[in-house]
Amino acid sequence: MAMPASEIEALIKAALPDAQITIEDLAGDNDHFAATIISEAFRGMSRVRQHQLVYAALKGNMGGALHALALQTSAPE
Amino acid sequence: MDNPVFAQIQAKIDASPVVLFMKGNPMFPQCGFSARVVQILKHSGVNFASVNVLEDPEIRDGIKAFSDWPTIPQLYVKGEFVGGCDIVTEMFQSGELQTLLAEKGVSQDAAA
Repeated sequence: MAMPASEIEALIKAALPDAQITIEDLAGDNDHFAATIISEAFRGMSRVRQHQLVYAALKGNMGGALHALALQTSAPE
Repeated sequence: MDNPVFAQIQAKIDASPVVLFMKGNPMFPQCGFSARVVQILKHSGVNFASVNVLEDPEIRDGIKAFSDWPTIPQLYVKGEFVGGCDIVTEMFQSGELQTLLAEKGVSQDAAA
């Protein structure tokens, strides 16, 4: 039940090519991450929609292989 | 709404102004994220109904398709999906949660 940060980043980058992504492994177990994602795609979107976009990019891994991913999403300033 | 569980979920959402789908119950949350949202709601002085998804695997999976949100807890205010633990925490810290509750006419003076 774990997923390396590199794989998370690759999945998100595939869906959001312009995204600036920083991922932190909170527990050192490849299972609890915090990610900050900045992408033009988020502009004008509610937080829920922004996070749903990221979960869609993770192709069903969220809640399965990936137990916890704290998300901070925003459009570029 | 072809999924029979959706109707069951919708009924629970419509039954109370504030509904929290969580793991465990407010007295005994079974998950840190669920516990945090319970704390935020209590701290905000909000009465809320809770649904223990651990007691009903159909709801536990159905809710994720219902809201297109892959994790638990899930908070609903007046039938609208607000978010999971991260979003509720962020909104609470920024004051957006209090604003949303006021806009929706949800009283915030229940005893903590």
